[in-house]
Amino acid sequence: MSPVPVTHILFVSTALFFIGMYGLFTRRNMITMLMSVELILNSVNINFVAFNKYLYPGKLDGIFFSLFIITIAAAEAAVAIAIIINLYRSHHSIDVEDAGELKY
Amino acid sequence: MNHYSYIALIPILPLASFLLLGLFGRKYFKAYAGLLGTASLLAVTVLALITAGQYFFEDGKVNGVYQKIIALKYTWLQFAPGVSIDMGIVLDPISVMMLVVVSFVSLMVHIFSLGYMKGEERFATYYAFLSLFTFSMLGLVIATNIFQIYMFWELVGVSSFLLIGYYFDKPSAVAASKKAFIVTRFADLGFLIGILILSFHAQTLDFATLIERLTAPQSSYFMSISTASFLGISVLTWGLALVFMGGAGKSAMFPLHIWLPDAMEGPTPVSALIHAATMVVAGVYLVARLFPIFSTSEAALHLVTYVGLFSAFIAAIIACTQTDIKRVLAYSTMSQIGYMMFALGVAKQGGEEGLGYMGSMFHLFTHAFFKSLLFLGSGAVIHMVHSNEMKDMGGLRKLMPITHISFLIACLAIAGVPPFAGFFSKEEILLAAYHTNKMVYAVGLFTSGLTAFYMFRLYYNIFWSKEAHIHGEHHGEGTLSMKLPLIILGILAVVAGFVPFSHFVTSDGVALETHIDYAFSALPVAFGLAGIALATYLYKTANDKPAAIANSLGGLYKAAYKKFYIDELYLFITKTIIFNLIGRPAAWFDKNVVDGLMNGLAALTAKISEMIKGLQSGKVQSYALYFFGGVLALAAMFLYLWK
Repeated sequence: MSPVPVTHILFVSTALFFIGMYGLFTRRNMITMLMSVELILNSVNINFVAFNKYLYPGKLDGIFFSLFIITIAAAEAAVAIAIIINLYRSHHSIDVEDAGELKY
Repeated sequence: MNHYSYIALIPILPLASFLLLGLFGRKYFKAYAGLLGTASLLAVTVLALITAGQYFFEDGKVNGVYQKIIALKYTWLQFAPGVSIDMGIVLDPISVMMLVVVSFVSLMVHIFSLGYMKGEERFATYYAFLSLFTFSMLGLVIATNIFQIYMFWELVGVSSFLLIGYYFDKPSAVAASKKAFIVTRFADLGFLIGILILSFHAQTLDFATLIERLTAPQSSYFMSISTASFLGISVLTWGLALVFMGGAGKSAMFPLHIWLPDAMEGPTPVSALIHAATMVVAGVYLVARLFPIFSTSEAALHLVTYVGLFSAFIAAIIACTQTDIKRVLAYSTMSQIGYMMFALGVAKQGGEEGLGYMGSMFHLFTHAFFKSLLFLGSGAVIHMVHSNEMKDMGGLRKLMPITHISFLIACLAIAGVPPFAGFFSKEEILLAAYHTNKMVYAVGLFTSGLTAFYMFRLYYNIFWSKEAHIHGEHHGEGTLSMKLPLIILGILAVVAGFVPFSHFVTSDGVALETHIDYAFSALPVAFGLAGIALATYLYKTANDKPAAIANSLGGLYKAAYKKFYIDELYLFITKTIIFNLIGRPAAWFDKNVVDGLMNGLAALTAKISEMIKGLQSGKVQSYALYFFGGVLALAAMFLYLWK
């Protein structure tokens, strides 16, 4: 079995990144937006792991980085969900369009 | 400190009563406000008399010359060595004389007001203002420093403003108080500049030092001020002329006299105090105080002479035509102050030549008594008939015997009939003028005839002319407190002339021997009697002769009646010229250019922000999109442009 070329993996991560981007820009539901952000972060993780494996096989730097990113993503999810809950309490909605008071 | 320190009480007592009455009077001792003010003034008067006695008869004279005594001195602001603003008390013949006059007349007015102002809503406030005025005036006369005099000068102006506008619900009183304040304030601008000029050259603000430095012909100060010139006139003369401008404003000299007749809107006792005896002579006092300096400048003395003379003459003519009794008295005051001014103008420093100075101060002294008597008398009359107009009066001699007699005495005094007070002082003035300038003498003589005429016109119109037409109930002559000052002042108007004034007050402090020269006196007295006779012929009983004469004079009479259109001229200058030609363009410039620039900037900012404010949509996702776009742009820049 021939090894998977790095370009395939990069294609997957790029696709994941833009799917996340698309979701972030188009979904109004904040939970979905949060999920999109997770997708973006995971695409970056894939990149790190892939480059670590193909460019510096003997080292673990990229893998550590992706571990950190997973940690931060967890923390970020906790904060984001707290924000969403508070938004729901005050606005009875988690639609970002409904939270537009801070405009001009 | 010396044994004169108690004099500090003279200005402090009225100040204390002002503070007390002004702060607590309306609430706590409304009923006693008058008595309290009067009591404090009584104490002040007694102190002033003691001071005068001590100064004139015990301490003042050293080797036959009255000295300047600095009773108290306290440096308030020090600018440089020798240049400071001091608060102090100076005793010299004129300041002691003024202390007595001011406190005495003020006392009389306080007593008179007890009856006259009875039942006024703001009775306590009235007495507070009177006290403030008295304090300022006393502070003015004892000033040791030219800046001290200036400060009290302004305080006098403020208290006069407050008192003229006492009936603040009357629009004419409000207008009059504003007019008085603005006109005198305008004149004071000149005074301030004059002070700055003189003190800049003399390097001092102290009167004694100022006079010493600016009168010694060899001193470097005198050289610098008399050799420097501006527009061809020496700076000394400019400085003195500007100081005189301040004096002319307060003393209602032409052309700054327009406020005085209007100031009669105030309560009548106030007119007696401020606009007859005290504040209006502040200008004369100022010139007298600086007289040694004035006497070094021929031009400044001429200015004083001719302004005084012209004011005396023109005011006498206007007084002949007015029908409001207080306005007649106002113009007569202006005329008499004109006398004092030109008497100073024809005087020289020292000796026989200083006769005019002495005459001026003497006239100030006697005039204070008979003019305040005239005003208080007219106050009693107005209190009775509730009108200022002559046509509402007449025949009052039976109803108001005391007012009648005292008014007659005052009229005789001002007309210069011997042996009443005015005769002696006017005599000295005319004699001084006769020796110096025949033209001034002639006009002064004619004016004294006019004075007698208009005063007796006033007298006959009030007390004779026709039958009294006051029907039903009237309150008689008023209370004892109103009669008493009339009686006291009436006595003084008779005897004040017998004071050997020239022994006490002269330009150099050395007693001057004067005697009445009967041959010389004959002419002024004849003029006075002629004026009285003419007034008797025309006005003793109501007839149509005055109207016929007025008609035959036509335009001239009308011009005098309209006060020679000087008010109209001022209005034309201020309203038409200054308002339209300077005020309006300036306002246009301010509105359209200065404000326009600022408004334009603001409008431009608002417009731009209106255009771009849509960016702040409040939509999180569009922010994220911009952010992403920015990242892309940066990335593109780094990749393609950053080479």
